[in-house]
Amino acid sequence: MTSVIIDRRPQQGKSSANRQRVLRRLNRVLKAQVDDLVSKRRLTDLDQGAEVTVGKLDVSEPSFRIDQGTGVSDRVLPGNDRYRVGDRIPKPDPSGSGGGPGKGSDAGDGDAEEDNFRFMLSREEFLNLLFDDLELPELVRKELTEVVDRKFRRGGIVRHGNPGNMSVLRTFRASIGRRVAAASSIQDDLDRVEYRQGYAQEVADATLAQALALEADAVRRRATQVPFIDPVDLRHRSLIEIEAPRTAAAMFCLMDVSGSMTELRKDLAKRFFTLLYLFLRRKYENVELVFIRHTEVAEEVDEHTFFHHPQSGGTRVLAALEKMKEIIEARFPASRYNIFGAQASDGDSMGADPVQSRIFLTEQLLPLSRYFVYAETNEYAQANTALWAAYASIDHAGFNMAGVANRSEVYPALVKLFEKERHAATGRAGQGRTS
Amino acid sequence: MRDRSAMIATGSEWTFDHLAALDQACAAHARRYRLDTFPNQIELITSEQMLDAYSAVGLPVNYHHWSFGKEFLANQKGYQSGEQGLAYEIVINSNPCISYLMENNSLAMQALVIAHACYGHNSFFKGNYLFRQWTQPEAILDYMVFARNYVAECEERYGYDAVERTLDALHALREHGVDRYKRPGKLDSLRERKEQAKRLQAAQERMRQSEYYSLVPQTPEAAVAERMFPEQPEENLLYFIEKHAPRLAPWQRELTRIVRKIAQYFYPQRQTKVMNEGWATFWHHRILNDMYDQDQIDEGVLLECMHSHTNVISQRQFGQFNPYALGFAMFTDIRRVCEHPTDEDREYLPDVAGRDWLEVLHDAMHNYRDESFILQFLSPKLLREFRLMHIRTDAEDDAWEVMQTASSEGFEKVRRELAANHRMELYLPEISVVRYHHDHDRSLLLRHQPYQGKLLDPELAEKTLTHLQYLWGYDVTLESVDPSGRVLHRFSAD
Repeated sequence: MTSVIIDRRPQQGKSSANRQRVLRRLNRVLKAQVDDLVSKRRLTDLDQGAEVTVGKLDVSEPSFRIDQGTGVSDRVLPGNDRYRVGDRIPKPDPSGSGGGPGKGSDAGDGDAEEDNFRFMLSREEFLNLLFDDLELPELVRKELTEVVDRKFRRGGIVRHGNPGNMSVLRTFRASIGRRVAAASSIQDDLDRVEYRQGYAQEVADATLAQALALEADAVRRRATQVPFIDPVDLRHRSLIEIEAPRTAAAMFCLMDVSGSMTELRKDLAKRFFTLLYLFLRRKYENVELVFIRHTEVAEEVDEHTFFHHPQSGGTRVLAALEKMKEIIEARFPASRYNIFGAQASDGDSMGADPVQSRIFLTEQLLPLSRYFVYAETNEYAQANTALWAAYASIDHAGFNMAGVANRSEVYPALVKLFEKERHAATGRAGQGRTS
Repeated sequence: MRDRSAMIATGSEWTFDHLAALDQACAAHARRYRLDTFPNQIELITSEQMLDAYSAVGLPVNYHHWSFGKEFLANQKGYQSGEQGLAYEIVINSNPCISYLMENNSLAMQALVIAHACYGHNSFFKGNYLFRQWTQPEAILDYMVFARNYVAECEERYGYDAVERTLDALHALREHGVDRYKRPGKLDSLRERKEQAKRLQAAQERMRQSEYYSLVPQTPEAAVAERMFPEQPEENLLYFIEKHAPRLAPWQRELTRIVRKIAQYFYPQRQTKVMNEGWATFWHHRILNDMYDQDQIDEGVLLECMHSHTNVISQRQFGQFNPYALGFAMFTDIRRVCEHPTDEDREYLPDVAGRDWLEVLHDAMHNYRDESFILQFLSPKLLREFRLMHIRTDAEDDAWEVMQTASSEGFEKVRRELAANHRMELYLPEISVVRYHHDHDRSLLLRHQPYQGKLLDPELAEKTLTHLQYLWGYDVTLESVDPSGRVLHRFSAD
């Protein structure tokens, strides 16, 4: 009878199918967690994996179990060094479900941890849950989740590098060269000594002959000491990162933070900005985010303030648009940046502001911007607000607007932009800005 | 002076040549001790693959289900955070007998594991009567491939959700899918596939007929016969569901069968934990010492093995019994009683004392399970060495009372209680189907007979009944009934 020994190590990954099933089953719970993460995380950190915690109940598998706290229990235990027949041993902990002395400490330690079930979601899994929520089409999903690898190009041969990149051929070539050079200089020395040995023989000088014989030996010994490979021979292939034409984008998030923007509306706005950001990050190597919040006045704030600090006051959209223009002129020269504007508002705007805003947008901002998209996060007066009415008359290829009353409408609001960019990408191939 | 030239294992790094040589040496020693084994298939795996093997409940192939993924994630987290180590090996009761060896075991550990799993456990699987009767090691791998393909096919045809829902329900009942007293039929994946087609057809026919059947008035005799159905309480709940559930779709019946067959396959393992581990530990200890004596391994390897061996058989005071410790001590003690019996041994173990030790050991391994093994072979000496005591409590009492200690007069009683501690009834409630009201509301009545007055966890019982009700399709009730027939507790699906 012979045994078979198999190396199974190269085969990998039987668990993925079961992992998908866990995610599928926990979908509802995980979505709630992803929601939580979306509101807590910064826009720039959103596309990373995440640790999620699932309640024990959500993954429990029931079966008929005996309640060990009931009935009569008999135990036989080892290690008795103090008890006699008739002794009584108090039960350790009344809260422990019928443990008794039989339950070792290992049962106790794990209990707190066991209440929850925790594991890591990969970046793809996290984004997929987010995209499920936004009801993103498959094609777009794929585009957004793909990771762009850094590209490397061969950069010739260098002397220093890591052993994995050693070029054996070039190292040998250097080694041969060095050895040939060393051998020829040794041969020269040897020739010289032999010539003098001939002379010593002619004149029959025994002392000199002896000295020369020693010298000849030394030279021959040198010949055996030339190393086959010396550190100076090492040659390595070098890889250098490709200097791709850098394209940069500046994304302006404009949001109305007056009292009428409820948490729900802000949450929709955040998803709207998130999706745009993820999209731009795929297209441009460098995306700078600018957050402008406004009531009657506009100011540039950091992301946390932008999403989490409500303000009271009226609404003047024009102030935010002016602020955007001011910042573009100060920091983002249109020759170097692709400017994207994303405005979220409930459309609550009064008096002359809507019309003034439209004029400013059309005449001042759109010529500077690559795209400007307005999302109206108003679940009641959809397409019926003053701002909507004013913006509706804008006819410009780089402008789009949409009502976003729930999560599934976030993507449709951006779909025109995505399509436009995709066409542009196939058309332009590497060129930076189009105007 | 030891001869190192012929050694097959020195140092700590292993190669495949080492493994082959170790395996051959172990095989030769095992033959001397008449260890009869299935052919070995030794597979080297990574820690990731070990986690995989854990989650597939120790089978090399299993169907897909979220619960296995959960197991994987939980073990993975435990392993990566360092809270939990991984086993050095997993051995599968199949023919050929597959052993998974971790790649990061040292050479000494590989030697230990080969002796332990490939010759210890392997011979136990082949010899022990429970395994011989309840498992079919020749067929299990094919059967699992068949099961996985069938589940995948069902998922495609009936949707993930329906399959998941069904498997969830079946898993809740899987411990009640075993004929405890009848020997099961043979596994055969080829025949299974053919008969499956026949069964599906018959089932569809039956469903069609049953629609009309309910309109036909029944004769009184037939009605009486049905009222008494099943004639005997049926403890194999999954079998009863497979055969009689009124609303189960044919593919769900097939899944029931698959879960049932796999549950049955694991049935012997829980009843032979002490014996199985004790046997394997006894033999790795013996074989490694023999290998050292014959200059096949050096001191370093032997010492590392013995270090690990002593860890494995350590028994914490007042802790739960370590099956390795008890099992190893018992087999070692049996040999002592055979070779050097005392008067006490002659009195208490007359059938063992003075006999050929190898013969007695093989007899014990072949014909016993943990409960009967302890009852038959535990010596008074071992009982004292383990300092055993028997304690008892009941639900109302706030303390445990010491009933017996390891004194000579209490010996028989403590031994009987220790054997009883290894009975299945202690952790697996006895639940059976007693009435199927086929003739009116099609409801199902189950009865739980509490062992020593121990009741069911009510919350889990209701959740499990919900699963059962899903499979059954009509009302399901479970009653806990004491020996006098009084109903202690009545559960229904939540």
